[in-house]
Amino acid sequence: MTRHTLSVLVENKPGVLTRVSALFARRAFNIHSLAVGPTEYPEISRITVVVDVESNPLEQVTKQLNKLVNVIKIVELAPTSSVQRELLLVKVKADDDARTAVLQVVELFRAHVVDVTPEAVTIEATGGEDKLRALLASLEPYGIREIVQSGAVAIGRGPKSMTDRALERIHRSA
Amino acid sequence: MADAPHPTPPRPRPPKPALAAAERGAPVTGEPMTGAESVVRSLEAVGVDTVFGIPGGAILPVYDPLFDSSMRHILVRHEQGAGHAAQGYASATGKVGVCMATSGPGATNLVTPLADAHMDSVPMVAITGQVAESLIGTDGFQEADIVGITMPITKHSFLITDPAEIPARIAEAFHIASTGRPGPVLVDIAKSAMQAQTTHVWPPTHLDIPGYRPTAKPHLKQIKEAARLLATSRRPVLYVGGGAIRANAAAELEALTNLSGAPVVTTLMARGVLPDTHPQHLGMPGMHGTVAAVAALQKADLVVALGARFDDRVTGRLDSFAPGATVVHADIDPAEISKNRVADVPIVGDLKDVLVDLAAELEREQAQHGRPDVEGWWATLDRLRDTYPLGWTPTEDGLLAPQHVISRLGEISGPDSIYVAGVGQHQMWAAQFIRYQHPRTWLNSGGLGTMGYSVPAAMGAQVGRPDATVWAIDGDGCFQMTNQELATCALEGIPIKVAIINNSSLGMVRQWQTLFYDQRYSNTDLNTGHQSAQIPDFVKLAEAYGCVGLRCDKVADVDATIRKAEEIDDRPVVVDFVVSADAMVWPMVAAGVSNDDIQYAHGISPAFERDE
Repeated sequence: MTRHTLSVLVENKPGVLTRVSALFARRAFNIHSLAVGPTEYPEISRITVVVDVESNPLEQVTKQLNKLVNVIKIVELAPTSSVQRELLLVKVKADDDARTAVLQVVELFRAHVVDVTPEAVTIEATGGEDKLRALLASLEPYGIREIVQSGAVAIGRGPKSMTDRALERIHRSA
Repeated sequence: MADAPHPTPPRPRPPKPALAAAERGAPVTGEPMTGAESVVRSLEAVGVDTVFGIPGGAILPVYDPLFDSSMRHILVRHEQGAGHAAQGYASATGKVGVCMATSGPGATNLVTPLADAHMDSVPMVAITGQVAESLIGTDGFQEADIVGITMPITKHSFLITDPAEIPARIAEAFHIASTGRPGPVLVDIAKSAMQAQTTHVWPPTHLDIPGYRPTAKPHLKQIKEAARLLATSRRPVLYVGGGAIRANAAAELEALTNLSGAPVVTTLMARGVLPDTHPQHLGMPGMHGTVAAVAALQKADLVVALGARFDDRVTGRLDSFAPGATVVHADIDPAEISKNRVADVPIVGDLKDVLVDLAAELEREQAQHGRPDVEGWWATLDRLRDTYPLGWTPTEDGLLAPQHVISRLGEISGPDSIYVAGVGQHQMWAAQFIRYQHPRTWLNSGGLGTMGYSVPAAMGAQVGRPDATVWAIDGDGCFQMTNQELATCALEGIPIKVAIINNSSLGMVRQWQTLFYDQRYSNTDLNTGHQSAQIPDFVKLAEAYGCVGLRCDKVADVDATIRKAEEIDDRPVVVDFVVSADAMVWPMVAAGVSNDDIQYAHGISPAFERDE
């Protein structure tokens, strides 16, 4: 089982996320994380989906996704040629005795404190999966109250834009 | 086609739309009308001549302008009948079939035909009414999220709440349904959009399906490789599926067949695409295929799959299917390639183009290397064909042999008739014992296996091909699921003929109980046949529906009964053929076992010379 990150450009229309996620469920593909958001073009949204599959089923995933009429383009983003980030918000117990130590951990991981109360701090961190896992492990001894974590978003390295090229092709064929 | 009286000429030419579906129909530059009228005008403009449907609350606004339309609306008795009729119409003609239903239960009754059309790649558009936009999401009366329900079983679907979108979405629906790998498209229209005023424009301007680009042109490099393999292999087989019929590629297939000298097998969905009389045709492969067809695939060194999808009913146990074969797989749907069996040479494209290109390259290869040496291969296959022909044993209970009835039906009615089966034993016998000569003369529910397909699909086929003789070959179980459409047939002047292969039971299930469940016949006796309660009496039922009802239970009467039914053309005819319940479909590869373990008849395995 290996992990793959797919960047999927879709039409910004109602029900498209349902079509994509239902397809994963129906074909018994495993979603590890999923993030949806706008792109620089209002008519196009991007779904970044991290899937756990063998390489042959991955080809099936992309082929089946491509059959969805609302899906415009799919690119697999390899870890080496892309930047991948997740956002983590974590609430940690931090009274007067522990606060300094917690803040040191925050500093070490280049994270930020976004909320403070006498009993706890809330920390914001972005990074790859490994960094965030390490941060959580370091905070664990102080007592983690709550974790909120986003799916991964990813972008290819280099000057090229995946959205531009997808749109060019659409306009050429129109 | 309604001609718009205004505006006065000269008409400004609207921007050229990208879709063929939108290029049909007279241009309309902007005419005020209701959304419902816009629906009807759009359907007329894309070329619809027949709609199968039933009105109800949420679709009611459309039925008013439909009343004045040039399109023929056929009022069915159940929405499932409308859906299968649209499928039958589409499969018999190659055009897009259209059905219409109201919201809620009307729409959910279309679920089975939509799923069926999705599995068998039938071009079809379903128009459903939806509750008013303000009621969507409130669990309103007769509200069902039909777009959500049918997402996995449609090629695409639309929900329209803005009446201005109606022409564009309908044009897109017909384009998507009929291009690439065909399939069903659902257009769900809120009642509020039908009732609102709009400005109808044709061709529609805002066509918006940027993600839909069906691949058409096959890749030359792959074609060359396929041709090289076909020219040099010693044991090739052309494995032809329903895609060849959908692509209208029968002539091109025959040309490649003749050129290659290779044996051909046609799947359940492809029966008729190559004449059964063609000397290179080995018949149907798969669970109930001929020994020669199954063995050819098992022993092949090259399998060229053409519009076929390596269904489990063809491959048997996948890991032992065609173990020695290199696989060339041509299909218009890239997702089918290497889905079940890894393709060594993948070819994505319209099968008609693929076959033309492949034949041209093969000719070039043969000019270089000479005709391939397939004599030894044919010697093996001919021996299998001669030793294990399709056949049946006489019944022991004195009742008719169903295979005899179906075989005679095919002989007497002939290869120009259209045969439409339900699902089960009678379907397999109809696939085996009728000698097909033309594509689109054999219709059945192959992928989904929908009991009840036959009568309404035959109705649709008859509407699409009014001059053809259409025989529904149905089982007593299947027939009881959708026979209400006999009323539609009788009233609308659709003179289908129905042969009920009445073995008084759910025959295929009973066969499995005989073979795999110690003859414990749990819930398979339907009491419709000989020496049973005979409920219902099919002859009386036919007569109650205004059809001619005939019964045949003696072998001496079979031909005469068929001929009598053939002579009636002013009404539907239902023939109750009382057959033996003990007849079984052979050959058979049991579910989940290797095709090598095919049984020619109960307990008889063919002697394969495995080391040839």
